[in-house]
Amino acid sequence: MTDRAASDLAVHAVGLVKTFGADRAVDGVDLTVRQGTVYGVLGPNGAGKTTTVKMLAGLLRPDGGEARIFGHDVVREPDAVRRRVGLTGQYASLDEDLTGTENLVLLGRLTGHTKAGARDRAGRTLRTFGLLEAGGRQVKTYSGGMRRRLDIGASLLNAPDLLFLDEPTTGLDPRSRNQVWEMVRVIVGQGKTVLLTTQYLDEVDRLASRIAVIDRGRVIAEGTKGELKASVGAGAVHLRLRDAVQRAEAEQVLVMTLGAEVQRESDPLALTARIGRGNNGNAEGGAAGRASRALAELARRDITVDSFSLGQPSLDEVFLALTDRRTAPASAGAEKEGVT
Amino acid sequence: MSTTTPGDTAGRNGGPPLVPGEPLVELLAMERPHPPGPVSASLAFGHRSMLKIKHIPEQLADVTVLPVMLVLMFTYLFGGALAGSPREYIQYLLPGVLVMSVVMTTMYTGIAIKNDIDKGVLDRFRMLPIWRPSTLVGHLLGDVLRYSIASAVMLAAGLLIGFRPGGGVPGVLAGVLLLVVFAFAFSWVGTMFGLLVRDERTVIGASMTVIFPLNFLSDIFVDPQTMPGWLQKLVDNNPITHVASAVRGLMDGRSPGADVAWTLGWSAVLIAVFGSATMRLYQRK
Repeated sequence: MTDRAASDLAVHAVGLVKTFGADRAVDGVDLTVRQGTVYGVLGPNGAGKTTTVKMLAGLLRPDGGEARIFGHDVVREPDAVRRRVGLTGQYASLDEDLTGTENLVLLGRLTGHTKAGARDRAGRTLRTFGLLEAGGRQVKTYSGGMRRRLDIGASLLNAPDLLFLDEPTTGLDPRSRNQVWEMVRVIVGQGKTVLLTTQYLDEVDRLASRIAVIDRGRVIAEGTKGELKASVGAGAVHLRLRDAVQRAEAEQVLVMTLGAEVQRESDPLALTARIGRGNNGNAEGGAAGRASRALAELARRDITVDSFSLGQPSLDEVFLALTDRRTAPASAGAEKEGVT
Repeated sequence: MSTTTPGDTAGRNGGPPLVPGEPLVELLAMERPHPPGPVSASLAFGHRSMLKIKHIPEQLADVTVLPVMLVLMFTYLFGGALAGSPREYIQYLLPGVLVMSVVMTTMYTGIAIKNDIDKGVLDRFRMLPIWRPSTLVGHLLGDVLRYSIASAVMLAAGLLIGFRPGGGVPGVLAGVLLLVVFAFAFSWVGTMFGLLVRDERTVIGASMTVIFPLNFLSDIFVDPQTMPGWLQKLVDNNPITHVASAVRGLMDGRSPGADVAWTLGWSAVLIAVFGSATMRLYQRK
């Protein structure tokens, strides 16, 4: 790697390893994150996401490998790293007994602001995150969304250049989730870097430009959204008929129009078809087009359809596809997001 | 979770979701300040402990109600039998019970630190570019306040029922000061358990296993002269005996030089052993 390219990197980790007893929680993770981008780390519970983030943020000492943040080694120069990063963990890590204002003033003081500066900064943070009225209340009275916003606000007190968001939307309602996403967009719009971990494909899809999929402590796929999706397939069509007698004919239609393998569900009215990679390389557009052709053909043959949905590949399916491409079953519970 | 939590002004009335936009950009554009030194960081954490006492005054029950109960119980239960009368016994007992209560309070430091770890607050503090142990020092500073409150309450209760220290105000203050110094040093034992064990109950259990025998195998309740020889040896070498004797002597207006020296020596040893072990555990976590 040339010097110019290396200085461009917010995160550069090679072969990170962390073991807890016999368990290799992180087993040789490489990550490269360019400055000014959102990088998504996707994986299920226990995949090693949080452990990886903790090592990158200098909270856990790696048992192997090394990591640099803006060129600073996380083990040898922890203070240089901490000055430039912020971290919002999976669980809002604030003092619940203190009020929102007290939390922010305390953390502001500890960041190095003067007393007056910390108060001013706390007030502006509360206003920015819509918590001005709640500032005088103990954090234990806050809703989940409010806590998360306060937590993110606290992580920005040192105006970090790199923000780690460890599952920032887990357990949030849809509105709060949208707020967090909007914040991420504004933050990155200012040239900052965000490394985000999540269990939701949808989330990295909306925010991240590059994605690493991690499972059992290893990166099993890495690339841009397009590359990742194309490697997984476009998703699955779920179909529910009015009349079970028509199922065989409907199955034929799906095979013909979608070019996909079709599976009969135990429900005599239901069918599931997995749509593979499109020929034109644009998997999503291809899938939608083929799905609408399938619907039209079903209608032409007077097959009554009660529900029809085109699901994005669920995380389950992504993993099955990435870990074992030959035997990925279609009934792995695709997230249904289409029309019903 | 509810969208009607009071005080949540973001995107209220079902309006569009909050887009912080401009103000957020301003926050991000800020100049990064210089990290605080160890002393300011420790004081900031000390202030946090004070705020916790302000918000949860119930926690002071441990350092007020229980000690007063102990003074009353022991004075009136044993006073007649051990010293002829409760009034005579309290002159001997009160400084010792003061030591016992404050030493028992030290285990709460461990519990507080365990809570910080479990709630993830400690991780946030460890992300700050500050002298790491300042978090622990701040806790201990808050505890010094608790020890002082406990001492004041017990002394007030004692004075009401007939405690008349011969050393007057200076003697009593000297005694409390010495006790607070020892308690600060002893707190590192609880702090170490807080970092070491898996749950809160174990912190209490482990601390009590240390604190209980130390308190009872001392000269807090009775003069060791009445004990069998082997027990006397044990009691005479118990740090709590030195502390209790020193505090009793100071409050009584004597000058218990040797016991004060022993107490300060034990304090130094406790800080050297448990303080450094705690710091090592904390850095490694």
